[in-house]
Amino acid sequence: MVAIWVVGIAIGIPLALIIPWFPTKGSLQASNIHTLYDVLLIASVPIFVLVETVVLYSVWNFRMRPGEEEKDGAPIHGNTRLEVAWTVLPTILIVGLCTYAYTVLHGNEKTHPGAMVVNVTERQFGFEFSYPRTGGKQIVSPVLYLPNRRPVVFKLRSLDVIHSFFVPQFSEKLDAVPGITTTLRVTPTRVGTYPAECTELCGAGHGLMRASVQVVPDARFQSWMSTQKLDGAPPVGNPPTQSSQPGIPGATGNNHSTAGPSE
Amino acid sequence: MAVTSPSRVSTAAAVSPRGPSRGAKLRAPGWYRAALFDVIGFAFAFGLTCLIRALMHQHPVVDGRAILPVALIAVPLFFLVGLGVADYWFYWASGRPTRPEDHSQHGAHTWRDYFRVNTDHKVIGTQYVVHSFFFLLVGGLLAMLIRAQLAKPGMQFLTPEQYNGVFSVHASILIFLFVIPVFAGLANFVLPLMIGAPDMAFPRLNALSFWLLPIGGIMMMMSFLAPGGAFAAGWTNYAPLSTTMPPGQLFFALAVQFAGASSIATALNFLVTIITMRAPGMSFFRLPLLVWANFATSLLVVIATPFIAASQFFVLLDTTLHFHFFDAFVGAGRNGNVIMYQHIFWFYSHPAVYIMILPGFGIISEVLAVKARKPIFGYRMMAFSLLAIVVLGFTVWAHHMFVSGMAPWIRIPMMITTAIIAIPTGIKVFSWIATLWRGVLHLDTPMLFALGFLTTFTLGGISGIMLAMIPFDIHVSQTYFIVAHIHYVLYGGSLFTIFAGVYYWFPKMTGRMFDDRLGKWHFWLTFISFNLTFGPMHIIGIQGMPRRVAEYAHQFAAWNLFISLMSFVLGASTLIFLYNIVVSWRGGPRASANPWRALTLEWQVSSPPPIFNFDTVPTVVGGPYEYGVPGAVHGIFKPPAEAKRGAARPVAAGSGPPRRGADGEGDHP
Repeated sequence: MVAIWVVGIAIGIPLALIIPWFPTKGSLQASNIHTLYDVLLIASVPIFVLVETVVLYSVWNFRMRPGEEEKDGAPIHGNTRLEVAWTVLPTILIVGLCTYAYTVLHGNEKTHPGAMVVNVTERQFGFEFSYPRTGGKQIVSPVLYLPNRRPVVFKLRSLDVIHSFFVPQFSEKLDAVPGITTTLRVTPTRVGTYPAECTELCGAGHGLMRASVQVVPDARFQSWMSTQKLDGAPPVGNPPTQSSQPGIPGATGNNHSTAGPSE
Repeated sequence: MAVTSPSRVSTAAAVSPRGPSRGAKLRAPGWYRAALFDVIGFAFAFGLTCLIRALMHQHPVVDGRAILPVALIAVPLFFLVGLGVADYWFYWASGRPTRPEDHSQHGAHTWRDYFRVNTDHKVIGTQYVVHSFFFLLVGGLLAMLIRAQLAKPGMQFLTPEQYNGVFSVHASILIFLFVIPVFAGLANFVLPLMIGAPDMAFPRLNALSFWLLPIGGIMMMMSFLAPGGAFAAGWTNYAPLSTTMPPGQLFFALAVQFAGASSIATALNFLVTIITMRAPGMSFFRLPLLVWANFATSLLVVIATPFIAASQFFVLLDTTLHFHFFDAFVGAGRNGNVIMYQHIFWFYSHPAVYIMILPGFGIISEVLAVKARKPIFGYRMMAFSLLAIVVLGFTVWAHHMFVSGMAPWIRIPMMITTAIIAIPTGIKVFSWIATLWRGVLHLDTPMLFALGFLTTFTLGGISGIMLAMIPFDIHVSQTYFIVAHIHYVLYGGSLFTIFAGVYYWFPKMTGRMFDDRLGKWHFWLTFISFNLTFGPMHIIGIQGMPRRVAEYAHQFAAWNLFISLMSFVLGASTLIFLYNIVVSWRGGPRASANPWRALTLEWQVSSPPPIFNFDTVPTVVGGPYEYGVPGAVHGIFKPPAEAKRGAARPVAAGSGPPRRGADGEGDHP
């Protein structure tokens, strides 16, 4: 039976690792989280295979045969060594996983002195992004433009109910809570266009509450910024864009009305 | 108020040849009087509200939105009194001499006895189980609506408001009106029998516990008729969304109070029964694990449930009387009050998930021991692990709030405690599979569901450990990965144990055998379609599909269609179960007292049991799972003094009729 278990692991772990679980890796944080998940898979497969192996082996080997209707099983009440093992070994595993997860968290949330601040204001049912500039002014945009490889500090606010801000490619998410400002740190690492989603139920328009995140090379980002009017005037000229990814309605970041059928 | 004693009513009925007069029907406990009291209750709510509004110069004096919450509280209470849950208490409180042997509300002889206030735990247990399965169908139907809507991207037949209402009611109904009560109902029937008691400690309170439930269920369903639609902020009902929604919210906030009261009263009843009413010789370490599990669950219920009552009362006060508990922009604090809702809510709702699985653990222990013909491996650690889960269960609530914006430092201890809970849970899973080892496995329907549970619950537990790791949780929080996890532990976990338990105790409760072939069809169809429905949700969740959305991005379309089709198969598989149960109950083959050849006490009496369970009080002389131990006996029907005397007689291997024997406890290699 141990052999079956080992074979099961030998098949299960590579299989689990090969599956493309995550969307494209788009940030430093995402890299660390994808690795953490791989470690979790490597830890989980043996446990699941163990339970399955014992269940299936027992069903195959110990099932009642005809003539055994009155027969009882072996009167085994316990085995102290086994019970200690299956208490201590999981404890060690848990301690290891928690420690590793903590280091990932700590690394992901490190502060960077030169980080760019972006304000994210959410309300039913849309996002607004603003970039503070000198003199108390800011650039306001419905689309979140970000320079590649520069750490960003998002300041999340809500004007009505709890919303959330999630970019799957960044693997980062935080709620926007009315009454307070919450802080989320991300360093994008890949040029591309990604969705930002609201992931906290906020009312009828929750399912359509999305915005577009466009990570562009730093030079293009600077030139975009310089062409923006301050304090929310409509952007001048064409903002730099990548070809939008297919199948993401709401990529323009406009609010959708909540009544009636959509596209 | 004139309360007619039931015996006087039946005398009147016997006297008049045309049955009880209408006056007598309205004075006697029952549905007629309950209907009358409903009207009185509504008039009371109407009058009280208008009077207060007039005195406080609030206009308009007659305002439906003000009357509604008062009516939602008053009418059910009047209903309960009218139905007869409080007759004896009023009788006693009015100073009349007590009647200690009044069993007039006890026992069932016709189907009508199941529709009145009944103090027999076996009747109440049956009422609970049937009532709960009705709400399983309601919740399941709502699930079919959800999956129909999500089969394709682009809005279909539900508006977003309606869709939000559908999934909110789906979860609330299944949690408060199915999973929690069905376990209470099965335990209600089985537990007193298992400990050798004639009934529960408080039979009238038990009856009240049951009748509180239809109120909660009807109230939740009625919310669909409220102006503005059903409550639609999720079963989690986060403020300030919930405090700024139409009156449908009130139906949830108040239904939860009734369901919660039912749960607490039952838990108190279980605790007192288990502590004080065990048969002679039944020490705690000779209790069947189902009793241990319900003991642990009852501790969770009495401590935790008041917190959800509190959180919903605060929402109610914010909504109806314009308090500012959770108001971010007005009132005291102005910082973080919003998040306080989540702390209060989850302080109950995390223990709630253990309330929803621990009794299932007890059922699995019973089924596996009997069907593998072996003692439960590591009985003492199984009992201790239940208690460990109870204690630890109160320390993990904020793992539901890792992305809530709460103070970041809280996440770390919550991650640690959440991970630690895996240890006692793992002990249980490993002990169960060790119980199978070198057993003689009877692979009938209850056993199949128990084995299926081991698979799906392990998967749900593994995804739970993954969720404990904060960085990963940040990625998948509020996505379909969470939906996958919760359904693996609630459907593949709780519901599989419920099916196992219902099939297992069906002969005892109804006196009939179910069709095992149909049961196996039910199992396999369910097991396969369940995994195909909820397995892929892990994938689309990690890919980024949010939950609670009526609409999703096109990239998720293929998986959603597949999941919806599989979910329809899953829904259909429940019909096999229903057919089997109904047809078997009405005309299946009669069941013997002990068709599974089990040792626990409920199987030592007839199927169904006599009205007061035991004609002779049993004495417990050994452990409950001593299969394979020659001469082992759990309970005998002789008084304790005689049980001490007498030497062991030689017995054949395997169980047979109860005989004297030595205590089978101890460590055998």
